[in-house]
Amino acid sequence: MSEIETRPGGLTYREMEASHALSHIEHPEHDELLTLNLGPHHPATHGVLRLLTTLEGEVVRDIKPIIGYVHTGIEKTAEDKAYWKVIPVVERMDYLSYYFNAMAFCGAVETLLDLDVPPRAQYLRVIHMELNRIASHLLWLATGGLDLGAISIFWYAWRDRDLLLDLFEMSSGQRMHTRYFQVGGVVEDIPAGFAAKVRSFTTRFPERIAQFERLIDSNQIVLQRLRGTGTVDEATLLSLGVTGPLLRATGNPWDLRKAQPYSSYEDFDFRIPVGTVGDNYDRYRVRMAEMLESIRIIDQALDGLPEGPYITADRKYALPPRHELATSMEALIHHFKLVTEGFRVAPGEAYYPIESPRGELACFVRADGSSKPARVHMRDPSFVNLQAFKPMVEGDYLADLIASLAMLDPILGGIDR
Amino acid sequence: MPDATGLELIAQDLRQEHGDDTVLGTDFFRDKAAVRVAPAGIGATLEFLRARGFTFLASVHGLDYHPEEPRLGVQYELLDMTEVDRITVTLRVPLDAPTVPSVTPAWPTADHQEREIYDMFGVIFDGHPDLRRILMPEDYEGFPQRRDFPIGGEPVLFTHNEPQVPGYWK
Amino acid sequence: MEVKRERLGSGADGDFRSRGLAARAMLRGELEGPELEAHVEQRLLTTTLDKAANWARANGIMPATFGLACCAIEMMAAVNSRVDIARFGFEAFRASPRQADLLIISGRISIKMAPVVRRIYDQMLEPKWAIAMGACSSSMGVFNNYAITPADKFMPVDLHVPGCPPRPEALVYSILKLRTMIMAKPDLAWRARYGGRGTEEFVESELAIDPAAAHTIGVTGGGKGTRA
Repeated sequence: MSEIETRPGGLTYREMEASHALSHIEHPEHDELLTLNLGPHHPATHGVLRLLTTLEGEVVRDIKPIIGYVHTGIEKTAEDKAYWKVIPVVERMDYLSYYFNAMAFCGAVETLLDLDVPPRAQYLRVIHMELNRIASHLLWLATGGLDLGAISIFWYAWRDRDLLLDLFEMSSGQRMHTRYFQVGGVVEDIPAGFAAKVRSFTTRFPERIAQFERLIDSNQIVLQRLRGTGTVDEATLLSLGVTGPLLRATGNPWDLRKAQPYSSYEDFDFRIPVGTVGDNYDRYRVRMAEMLESIRIIDQALDGLPEGPYITADRKYALPPRHELATSMEALIHHFKLVTEGFRVAPGEAYYPIESPRGELACFVRADGSSKPARVHMRDPSFVNLQAFKPMVEGDYLADLIASLAMLDPILGGIDR
Repeated sequence: MPDATGLELIAQDLRQEHGDDTVLGTDFFRDKAAVRVAPAGIGATLEFLRARGFTFLASVHGLDYHPEEPRLGVQYELLDMTEVDRITVTLRVPLDAPTVPSVTPAWPTADHQEREIYDMFGVIFDGHPDLRRILMPEDYEGFPQRRDFPIGGEPVLFTHNEPQVPGYWK
Repeated sequence: MEVKRERLGSGADGDFRSRGLAARAMLRGELEGPELEAHVEQRLLTTTLDKAANWARANGIMPATFGLACCAIEMMAAVNSRVDIARFGFEAFRASPRQADLLIISGRISIKMAPVVRRIYDQMLEPKWAIAMGACSSSMGVFNNYAITPADKFMPVDLHVPGCPPRPEALVYSILKLRTMIMAKPDLAWRARYGGRGTEEFVESELAIDPAAAHTIGVTGGGKGTRA
């Protein structure tokens, strides 16, 4: 039935593209198949994702995600820059969880250097990462609501997200991609008044979440669209390498903050929300509950914030404080070496996994003794989670596909790197 | 992580089960265990480790060891969720025979990740259901993340290299 | 003290005083020949109706929802309640390029995406404008490598907004600047603005409109969507 002919070993780009629509060959049991191209420019795809959807009526029979439309060659650029300069490049990968990208890279380099991060820096990192987690989940909520047609939540969630970006601007000067995390700690200490401002946010935010929940949780339309759609069982997700809220929605409480704690997460008392069935509604509930748990972590981190240095004292890897440059020759030389060439890392390979808002984000760094990394690979959770999209939508309606895509929370910057 | 002795025991058992030439060595660096295997034995190694509890394949990534030979490397990060253990399996292939048996049929998560390694490095995975470029355009020539592939980009124009791009302001 | 000398524009093209002088000269019958023709032409070009039309166009721009990467997040922040570009008229973001005026290229353009961006820009109807938001679409940005391209290489861009990502306030500044540009310069066809005559893919006289060829979009300026 399909008018698209397939030619094996197609010569032109158009022919190669057309050969993707093999569904009428792969699925002979369905007839009247229509191949629909969603994207890369589409209001519902989060970013530039292209979905070759094969529909029988309104039911999705097959789906092939085509990615690469925002491939930026981040990993290749990172090989060309000194370790210090890689941090801003790598931050722009998963552009909603920039602190997590930086944390994964800095953690990998710190593993290679066997560098200790002072406890104050670890707590500051935790505070910023959890604030970023809330910001990322708020944007997921906003765009998810936008996809479902509940546009009001877009404005409400962004109101709170702007407050969070104000906090980031207060601590580092930038709203996004702040370059706040450095190898060995953070770039500078938090200003006076930051802790008070964060507390004013954390005291008011649970009320906001309660407001959102009152709006959405028992809403008939939300229940009908999210309950029972996009269900995948836990075994399939594990075989596809899926982690994060998608896995936790099926009931598996795997969270690297509890399982393999890093950056002093073991000091904090928080719970891991899990779902039961693994449908879209569970994913929504898991992320809402995660935001409240992040508030708990931030409060505990602020309560227990230790005094001390905010970056490692090892001058070979961290810049000396500016006032020392006037008096100490050694400090001047260290500063000069770090700024011009950067520090060198002895040969080795390190893989550093952390829990980002979308799942296991890991950074693999191979050092070859020079001042530039020989290979930086970011294991992005969205890239692997996208493979779970096919079992999520097969057999569901096209409208459920949009809802599942919203609940999958893919970030194309991380998928394409 | 399996500690150094645990790693050696795993390597020993692997050799016993699958032959001496499967395991090329072990690395224990910064508390992380890695097993170096021959490319042909990767499927058997992963199944062996799956039986040992490492049921989750977290990441498959490639790298280029240029100028050391064999040049192209593929690394598999395995995770044991019940014991909270990680182990890495690495292999290396030369440029003139860049074929590695694909683990996608047994580990579906490797699907997109092996396609990415093919796209970026040119490692060919035997048995992969759909090995085509994933990030670059389908008709792109070259394997960008190889170390000898130029980084590309625009030259930054200063006064001193203006003559190289004459009349760019027109 | 520096004396700033402004060249008086000629006739209707100039400032208020010279326009007044030219109008007085015409009423008195003092303009003759080519001067008179030029004056009438210029006055016709910028009639009050034209000005009103440009004012309406500038104040009711409909941007296309075109978010590529991180800059899209700050574009969404510009749309939201704190920095609200709806108060400037940018209320309705249209998903379909056919209904949109403005393409805000927010984010890095990879070489795979570039033909898609171009096709979307071509599908937009005249008058249309494009803002390259952020460092990556204006120049190469942070990433100077094989995978991305700046927007100027394949499409005409009216404004570049620096920043990585630009603050929402920076985007507001740029759209206000675009508004002033639209109100001031009535060249609505991008080929007129950028001297792109001769880049049309179909010449009017040679075009045979085949109803079966469903991809034929525009006669000039539009270009065909696909070319086998």
